[in-house]
Amino acid sequence: MKHFTRKATRHVSQNEGLIFEKSSSGKAAWRLAPLDVPEVDTEKLLGLSERKDLGNMPEVSEIEIIRHFTRLSTWNYAIDLGMYPLGSCTMKYNPRVNEVVSRLEGIANGHPYQPEKISQGAMRIIKTLSDCLLEITGMEAITLQPAAGAHGELTGLLLIRAHHDSKGAPRKKVLIPDSAHGTNPATAAMVGYAVENLKSNASGMVDVAALEAQMNEDVAALMLTNPNTLGVFEQEIHKIADILHAKGGLLYMDGANMNALVSKVRPGDFGVDVMHLNLHKTFSTPHGGGGPGSGPVAVKKQLEPFLPRPVLISKSDGTLGFDYDRPQSIGRVRSFYGNFGMFVRALAYILANGPDGLRQTTEDAVLNANYIRKGLEGVYDLPYSSASMHEVVFSDKLQAKKGARTMDIAKRLIDYGFHPYTTAFPLIVPGALMIEPTESEPKEELDLFIEAMRAIAQEVEEDAEVVRTAPHSTRVSRLDETAAARKPVLRWKPAEPKREA
Amino acid sequence: MRYLPKSPADRKAMLEAIGVNSIDDLFSPIPAEYRLNRDLKVPRQMAESEIVDWFRERSRENGDGHSTFLGAGAYYHYRPVIIDSLISRGEFLTAYTPYQAEISQGTLQSIFEFQTMICELTGMEVANASMYDGSTAAAEAVMMAVRLTGRRTVAVARSVHPEYREVLATYAFHQGMPLATISFSDTGRINLKELEAAITSDTACILVQSPNFFGTIEDVEAVAEIAHRKGAMLVVAIAEAISLGIVEPPRSADVIAMEAQSFGVPLGFGGPYCGVIATRESNVRQMPGRLVGQTTDRNGKRGFVLTLATREQHIRREKATSNICTNQALIALMANIYMTVYGKVGLKELARQNLAKTAYAADQFSKHGNILFSGAPRFNEFVVQTSEDPYAINSRLLGHKIVGGFPLKKFYPELGNASLWCCTELTSRSLIDTAAGHVAESERSVRSAKEETPEEVAR
Repeated sequence: MKHFTRKATRHVSQNEGLIFEKSSSGKAAWRLAPLDVPEVDTEKLLGLSERKDLGNMPEVSEIEIIRHFTRLSTWNYAIDLGMYPLGSCTMKYNPRVNEVVSRLEGIANGHPYQPEKISQGAMRIIKTLSDCLLEITGMEAITLQPAAGAHGELTGLLLIRAHHDSKGAPRKKVLIPDSAHGTNPATAAMVGYAVENLKSNASGMVDVAALEAQMNEDVAALMLTNPNTLGVFEQEIHKIADILHAKGGLLYMDGANMNALVSKVRPGDFGVDVMHLNLHKTFSTPHGGGGPGSGPVAVKKQLEPFLPRPVLISKSDGTLGFDYDRPQSIGRVRSFYGNFGMFVRALAYILANGPDGLRQTTEDAVLNANYIRKGLEGVYDLPYSSASMHEVVFSDKLQAKKGARTMDIAKRLIDYGFHPYTTAFPLIVPGALMIEPTESEPKEELDLFIEAMRAIAQEVEEDAEVVRTAPHSTRVSRLDETAAARKPVLRWKPAEPKREA
Repeated sequence: MRYLPKSPADRKAMLEAIGVNSIDDLFSPIPAEYRLNRDLKVPRQMAESEIVDWFRERSRENGDGHSTFLGAGAYYHYRPVIIDSLISRGEFLTAYTPYQAEISQGTLQSIFEFQTMICELTGMEVANASMYDGSTAAAEAVMMAVRLTGRRTVAVARSVHPEYREVLATYAFHQGMPLATISFSDTGRINLKELEAAITSDTACILVQSPNFFGTIEDVEAVAEIAHRKGAMLVVAIAEAISLGIVEPPRSADVIAMEAQSFGVPLGFGGPYCGVIATRESNVRQMPGRLVGQTTDRNGKRGFVLTLATREQHIRREKATSNICTNQALIALMANIYMTVYGKVGLKELARQNLAKTAYAADQFSKHGNILFSGAPRFNEFVVQTSEDPYAINSRLLGHKIVGGFPLKKFYPELGNASLWCCTELTSRSLIDTAAGHVAESERSVRSAKEETPEEVAR
């Protein structure tokens, strides 16, 4: 490597095969307590339903399992190792006290159907978190049932649909800006709405004139991300809300970027009718390699009757309970009450912060993004000069001339010890580099990141090939995704077909 | 704030570097009239010790120290300690979705192993990386069958978990998918005659659950025969994954929608759990959710990537197979480790213990109460009908820190005083005997009350 990186050094990485390749008959990592009831004749009990063989399930010992997964774990990048500048993903520190409290006996082992009398602790957690989220968003009612952001979107649009249906005027379309996340149009389709694209203006914001022209009585809602996926606050948000409301439409806010707003401004105050939050983004619950998430949906009063069943209520005797008698409810979107374990973690995060901590968090998130913007401006093309909130979007325009695209630069960043930023999104920026540092990065880490990005830009000038073929320091080099999709191998199979004994 | 890694001097230096005077300048894009100029009304900042205390208090108010007979879609099994040791590693816990394959091989390989084990256990050819839970997996599996068959209507067994059916109804409503509910016979299994009559040339699929909500194992072959004869698909939901250790999987199903909570996932008051969809290879392009596939790198070395992404929302937007993005990866890892720990022999032994405990309990209860649905095999749940309201019996049991079976009248009023009891490997014989004793006591007191006040009965 031409440019020595200060952040990372190569070190030995253990090899490890698939668990099935370690399996052999007679090894075991389990032992059951002796059976204290009579043995049963399974054939007699189950008849034809009895299963004889569990196929190629592994047989391995405990130490092998520990080593297997520990070795695998060392092949991952993680927040605990360093900055994760993925735009719109808000990869912030996952506090460890959250993990401890979610494993307390009554919280970890509470059964969803246990009597309400012995569920007051869990319901108090749900109530306290709900109250905090309502205060933070400025909304008036909430459901915590949706299991992730996209699931929250689905819930939100179902609520909007129920609202219009209740007025006897079902509508056909949802407006979605061209800068939106892919989940937005996919969700609208699931709810049976036609998707109409809304163009962004030259500043990357909603084109208010276009919105005015496209808005009519067929439009159920506008799905807006604010700040949008460019990290830009929709300054004409009040006009946007007014245009929708004037024609009976509703404003849905995708809360993916709420980390830019907490304690600074509340969506409920600027005209939002329905929104979802991502507890696994703004409220620090761990991403876990792709989930679990949690996507609470907060609404204005007029949408409250439609919330999913059950709704948590305070009873006259001071206890909490679930209300199932909700005749106008859209129904359930998930079994039980949602990803409760994530509520515990999110609430622990809010309690650790308090009002002052939440404000400082937002300020630091925005400070970090602007510091990176300043550090890379001029080195990378900035397609929209509008002020950045919690993330900044560059393009690969300057580097593409030398043949290095955003994905190449991202892959090269791996060699410098960083996880890549979000590539090629939002779609309105060709060759986008979308960077969100979050508040969790110290100045030193940001300086290392800026240094790495500048060094890569220089490498592109001097020897673009090294960037185009990156990464060079990982266990595996770039993987053949085309082959993976053309002839999918989605499970392991034994090398030799098993012969019948 | 202890999570924030900056000194006041750092902040000052950064503001200077950016070229603004104060942090407020960076928030100037927010119109002044909407800015919040006060503290949020949330609890004050707490010390770590205070946070732990607050949640300890909630834990104590939440059934801490109780034994349970509840199942009904959420099962209390032993969780080997290494699950938490391993999933607590920051490299798993704090990693993002493995889009950047070169630095996500740990997550990717573990999902590939998860997919493989789910295939082995279900008898299917492909399994996805996870869905939110069993209920949403079932709803998405049904929608998948609708896309695959080009038909619109769905026949759903009433013995499918009532909350799964509610979720399906929510999903189906705006898709214009009419749902027909098929009742159960006195064996607890789906009523095949009624099913046969309900299937039309527009039926996309039949949804059954096995073991079903009553713990009864469905005659999947018979249901499959009806479905396939009429060109419909069979979707089978599995809510109790441990059953796969000893119950033949529904190999004739076209799609299986599973809840893997029993595989090492804490009850956690209902979530997070781990749904998963498995199916045949030929159906894979209509499958929702993430898939990991094997491939090679530039040097021919084996590696894993997220694949067939053209089904997904971030590529196909409104034409995607589903809007699902974030799934339940860390919970799938729990299930993966659990399946690895028990493996080929352990899962079977574990399932056998569940079966034995339940057979013993059903036997004990049958001496006093009426066991429903005895005409078909069951796994680890059974339905008891008592003379007294089960809520009353449960309330007395609760005084002994025992949570009794799930009263069914909420979902099945026609079953009267019936409740659903579950026994796992953790249910001790003495606990079963105690609960059976309470049921016996209840029956005795109802009987003696009847004898004392015959006019009450006559009325």
